[in-house]
Amino acid sequence: MSQDHSLNLKNSHEDPAKATMEGKNKFLGLWFFLGGETVLFASFFATYLSLRESTAGGPTSQELFGLELVFIMTVLLLTSSLTSVYAIYHMKNNNFKKMQLWFGITALLGIAFLACEIYEFAHYIIEYEFTFRSSAFGSAFYTLVGFHGGHVVFGLSWLISLMVRNAKRGLSLYNAPKYNTFAIYWHFIDVVWVFIFTVVYLMGMVS
Amino acid sequence: MSLASTQKKSFGAVLWDYLTTVDHKKLGNMYIVAGAFFFILGGIEALVIRIQLMKPENDFISAGLYNEMITMHGTTMIFFAAMPILLGLMNAIMPLQIGARDVAFPFLNSLGFWLFLFGGIMLNLSWFLGGAPDAGWTAYTPLSTQSPGHGVDFYVMGLQLSGAGTLIGGINFLVTIVTMRGPGMTYMRMPLFTWTTFIASILILFAFPALTVGLFLLMFDRMFGSAFFDVALGGNSIIWQHLFWIFGHPEVYILILPAFGIFSEIFPVFSKKRLFGYSSMVFATFMIAFLGFMVWAHHMLTVGLGPVANSIFAVATMAIAVPTGIKIFNWLATMWGGSIRINSAMLWSLAFIPSFTIGGMTGVMLATATADYQYHDTYFVIGHFHYVIVGGTLFGILAGLHYWWPKLFGKVLHEGMGKIAFWIFFIGFHLTFFVQHFLGLMGMPRRYWVFLENQGLDTGNLVSTIGAFLMTIGTIIFIINIVYTSIKGEKASADPWGTGRTLEWAVSSPPPEYNFKKLPLVRGLDAYWIEKMDGNDKMTPAEPLVDIHMPNGSILPVTMTIGFFIASFGFIYQVDNKSWLALVFIGFAIALGSMLIRSLKDDHGYHIHKEDLEREAD
Repeated sequence: MSQDHSLNLKNSHEDPAKATMEGKNKFLGLWFFLGGETVLFASFFATYLSLRESTAGGPTSQELFGLELVFIMTVLLLTSSLTSVYAIYHMKNNNFKKMQLWFGITALLGIAFLACEIYEFAHYIIEYEFTFRSSAFGSAFYTLVGFHGGHVVFGLSWLISLMVRNAKRGLSLYNAPKYNTFAIYWHFIDVVWVFIFTVVYLMGMVS
Repeated sequence: MSLASTQKKSFGAVLWDYLTTVDHKKLGNMYIVAGAFFFILGGIEALVIRIQLMKPENDFISAGLYNEMITMHGTTMIFFAAMPILLGLMNAIMPLQIGARDVAFPFLNSLGFWLFLFGGIMLNLSWFLGGAPDAGWTAYTPLSTQSPGHGVDFYVMGLQLSGAGTLIGGINFLVTIVTMRGPGMTYMRMPLFTWTTFIASILILFAFPALTVGLFLLMFDRMFGSAFFDVALGGNSIIWQHLFWIFGHPEVYILILPAFGIFSEIFPVFSKKRLFGYSSMVFATFMIAFLGFMVWAHHMLTVGLGPVANSIFAVATMAIAVPTGIKIFNWLATMWGGSIRINSAMLWSLAFIPSFTIGGMTGVMLATATADYQYHDTYFVIGHFHYVIVGGTLFGILAGLHYWWPKLFGKVLHEGMGKIAFWIFFIGFHLTFFVQHFLGLMGMPRRYWVFLENQGLDTGNLVSTIGAFLMTIGTIIFIINIVYTSIKGEKASADPWGTGRTLEWAVSSPPPEYNFKKLPLVRGLDAYWIEKMDGNDKMTPAEPLVDIHMPNGSILPVTMTIGFFIASFGFIYQVDNKSWLALVFIGFAIALGSMLIRSLKDDHGYHIHKEDLEREAD
């Protein structure tokens, strides 16, 4: 745990995110956390799968879903994952400006995704009167997709506060692990969306 | 003693110290003290239940209050007594056993404790705010969704808070064991208690999120009008049962595996022999944990999942008896031919073996799917799970407390009182629960507040109640022992048992805040014992004396928890009046604001300089 080495990146040849004990711990801790998150989303998916036909006379998934918007959302989120990879690449090369730039693009894409999701929910509620309370299907849909959206909101707040906080300080061994854990978390959100796209939207269109 | 604590401090300073501490040993002790408090609450509730069932058609308490009692007894004992005391022992002992100076995330460790504590307070506040939850500790829907008042809401929010705390604790232990093991401490040199901490933490990590989801669904149904469990809108009550038991079955292994670890420490020390079959013990623990995730539906054998599902879950359940049996035989073989010393810690451990074996045997009986239709929801089940939870987990906790008390609090518990408390409690335990198996087989259902006379149930229930009083007396003697020891007990040496084998006995009792002045070099299993056998009275250091890096204390875990606590009240009461939603926003502002401060404010910790370390005695 000793921290005799300075937090100056210039002296380090290792991955800045994992050069300190704290960095290693954060990295591993986040992976374990994502293990728990996997069970969390698996439980939501299982609940959704068992209730997706339970429309109680309300709108069904075939009537509601349109693939165009969901396709755009998928592209936005997948691209944001890619841009965060670029950001981490620049972090490893100790290029702070470019890292911030690519994380900035990541945040913008995330916000665009969120805007689409809000539009989508509003559309269902206003056009179809399909709400959280309409049917068990409605509850399960909004809970699963909403929890994912909540994760996006949390991730965006996390990223933006990190970027603002460190804008003038540059990269150090102290804040590099923070950016790195955010990036892993962001990829996880992306993976969950891939499953939502498949299980909720694609399966909802065909059956 | 550490430098800071040698100076006398004012009450306010001590309180502030405990509110902000991130020291794993202090947090461990806080977990144990808070868990003991909730244990007493749960014990009183148990006693009220037994008084009500002392004689036929008793009117000691009303039916509604009885439902609240059984719900609170179960919930309190599982989530707020057994788990925190085990987490406390893990916290205090595991880092010492692996030769670490602290856990991986000292801040999160503190956050986990406060979330647990405020969750417990939240749940118990329901007694004063219109009635406790009354849908059983399993809160089966639709009973729990239909339950009037706010009782079940307190159950939902209280468990959600403490569940988050437990999850944080589990992740923390996992990372600690993976990255913070001292020099030479390979995985297969770790003491069994560390192994069981590790495996129980894996169970926590993968089991608790299922409960989190279940509680969210219940919360949404009760507070926001969703329809997960509302059959009229297409909901399905069985989802709750699945989610609850996907969490709930691993939970019983979260409770028992650390106890197994405690026994695996105590038997070798007091038999003066190494643990028999160390690697098979590790393997068996993994097997139990793995199978523990495959068996949740044995709680639902009478739901009607069909013969195929029932058979699979029944067979998987019975399979768990194999690794458990391996462990039982290993403990017996550890003692075989050893030079056995029987004291309180050893008595609790010895008593565990037959008691838990009976619980395991009735477990296999319950796993027999066809026969389960007869046992389900009768007192047979009550008898079974109290044999494993009291006879396993609680005996383990008491054994561990006697064994580690000197390490935790610096004094050895009084042996005479320890033995008296043991015998009274042990006899009381078997009187209470053995007879319940037969009451169950005779058809007495669980959770009924009265029974009729002349059904053959009178004597058995009376015996059971007498046993409960004996357990109470045993507990009171144990508490007197604690008070007596704190006042009169002599200061314990580093290795008060003389035969300590693992690293925690190589440091003073209680250990200094940095645990090890120089990190010890681990040369094999039972590291301290190896040094003793080589004629050394100390561990060989693995490093020269250097400055020790320490984490800063922080009040933020408390403020975060208070934020979530306030928000929980908002969620509960916004059902009655939407203006309560303000509390949700205020609470989340406090909690998220604290998180933001934590994230943005640099915290590099501090160093204890080697000049100061040199001045302290070993």
